Amino acid sequence: MADPMKIRATMKGDVAEIRILMAHPMETGQRKDAAGNAVPPHFIQTMTVEVGGKKVVEGHVGTSVSRNPVFGFKMKGAKVGDKVVVNWVDNKGDKRTDEAAIA
Amino acid sequence: MKQNLIGALCAIVIMGGAFAQTPKKPVAKPAAQTAPAVEAKDAATIEFEKFRAEMEDSNPAELFEMKGEEQWKTKRGPKNVALAESCDLGLGIGKVQGAYVKMPRYFADADAVMDAERRIVWCMVEKQGFKFDDIAKKPFANANFTPDITNLVTYVASHSRNMKIAVPLKEPKVREAWEIGKEIAAYRAGPYDFSCNTCHGTDGKRIRMQNLPNLSTPAGAMKGVQGWPGYRMTGGVMLTHQWRMGDCFRQQRFPEPKYASDAVAYLLTYMIGNANGQVYKGPGIKR
Amino acid sequence: MKNNILPAAMATLLLIALPAAAEGDYRAKAIAVIKKDFQPRGQASIDRLAEDGLQAVCNRTGNKPPEGVGKAMEADQLANVKYPADGKLMGDWKAGEKLAQSGRGFTWSDKPGLPVGGNCYNCHQISPKETSFGTIGPSLYQFLKLRGTQPDIQKYVYSKIYNAKAYNLCSDMPRFGHISALGEKQIKDLVALLLDPESPANK
Repeated sequence: MADPMKIRATMKGDVAEIRILMAHPMETGQRKDAAGNAVPPHFIQTMTVEVGGKKVVEGHVGTSVSRNPVFGFKMKGAKVGDKVVVNWVDNKGDKRTDEAAIA
Repeated sequence: MKQNLIGALCAIVIMGGAFAQTPKKPVAKPAAQTAPAVEAKDAATIEFEKFRAEMEDSNPAELFEMKGEEQWKTKRGPKNVALAESCDLGLGIGKVQGAYVKMPRYFADADAVMDAERRIVWCMVEKQGFKFDDIAKKPFANANFTPDITNLVTYVASHSRNMKIAVPLKEPKVREAWEIGKEIAAYRAGPYDFSCNTCHGTDGKRIRMQNLPNLSTPAGAMKGVQGWPGYRMTGGVMLTHQWRMGDCFRQQRFPEPKYASDAVAYLLTYMIGNANGQVYKGPGIKR
Repeated sequence: MKNNILPAAMATLLLIALPAAAEGDYRAKAIAVIKKDFQPRGQASIDRLAEDGLQAVCNRTGNKPPEGVGKAMEADQLANVKYPADGKLMGDWKAGEKLAQSGRGFTWSDKPGLPVGGNCYNCHQISPKETSFGTIGPSLYQFLKLRGTQPDIQKYVYSKIYNAKAYNLCSDMPRFGHISALGEKQIKDLVALLLDPESPANK
């Protein structure tokens, strides 16, 4: 299974601020290694975020996003203790799911 | 040749002739021409700093901290021992809180002044049974690989977040390391006649668009220290202070300092010691 | 480095001139640590760590040598400058600008034998169009306007690039010609970059 994500979720007044750090090489397929061979593409294709049991983000990610992506957003309608569940799937079929509670 | 020189010495005649003596400081006039560029530099610096502040809030370095925590706590190596139960970073076995900012320090069991990376490597070798040469063969990260030691340094450094740098300079061995480090920083050699101080010994200089902190002053030293270990966005690599020392010598046109050696430890004692009393914000981020 | 140009007479003078310092102990220790703790890599060989005469004088005097010694050694550096046989000192500023932009050469990650860059923009402002410039050295923008009327200015610029230490013994600037980092043609092109009226540095 791929490396874990780091999820930070806090309430600032009535707004939830959520920041997600994903560990992923995000290879475009264009980069050449020291021997001159193209490194095969390996990147996150889709991701979803659920908050308090409801899907709030459905993202199509791609090769324009660089290594170890950082994704952040704000939302209303969440509260302390709600679970944030993040899931991603990459082009090789590898996936990762992590969760954290809003603090 | 020799006779000419001795002749010149005896006469103590300043070489006159066709060449006007070059003033050592630039003529005052160019200031007006450079003014617009100086403003551009300040604006650029401001933008870089804004970007950095934003990135610091969610620093990919945290991913390496997490890996490092796992490696610190897991039984590993031929001796199947965890660093958490065997490695003393100066504050007691397994204690990581506040340890990074108190290094380099002298360790009696190793009879050496050691920076954080050197000490953790020492623990991996002495306590876990790893071979030093295996670690030293690939000690630094690249696009495809991050060594365990880098993750461990990041983990340890993160546990000194928001603490004051406190290298124990009053201890005689640490004091001596500082003095030797200071001399190493001043040592000009190699085809370009560079020393560390050539770039890092004066205020307000930069190379291309990279500001050069003056490592001999408290403020400059802190700028140099903050940010290591650091996540470099170019290439997405996690790099340590030990790595940076080597890369500086590369650019100085020197040969390579040996990994986790006295030379590096003494230089780090000098520059980190100069930053004493200032708050370390934890692993940094760089472009 | 190979050319130790510090003759016995001058060395004696220097030893008398310098006060015996406690710092000497740490310097000696530092030199011993450096010798022990460095290893060769790529083209960066161990002999690079040995001070040549000039580096030793600058290192031992904190880059402020006694005046007599400084002047005499500067003269010696100047005497070793090799000028082009054809007497022409200016080349092509366009090639000069390209060269000034390049920082490659002499590091352990550089392939030996490839052309070495001038490194100029690392430390100097030159063309106003290039905003990514360093400030370790003075600005060279409008060089012709500010310095062009000085006598033998082309010869000065050529020799300064060849060996900056001829004018300031402990200058931060490398001795590009002296170490054969830059050859005759390259230096001529850089002279043109500074002194050709058509060069962007002078627009």
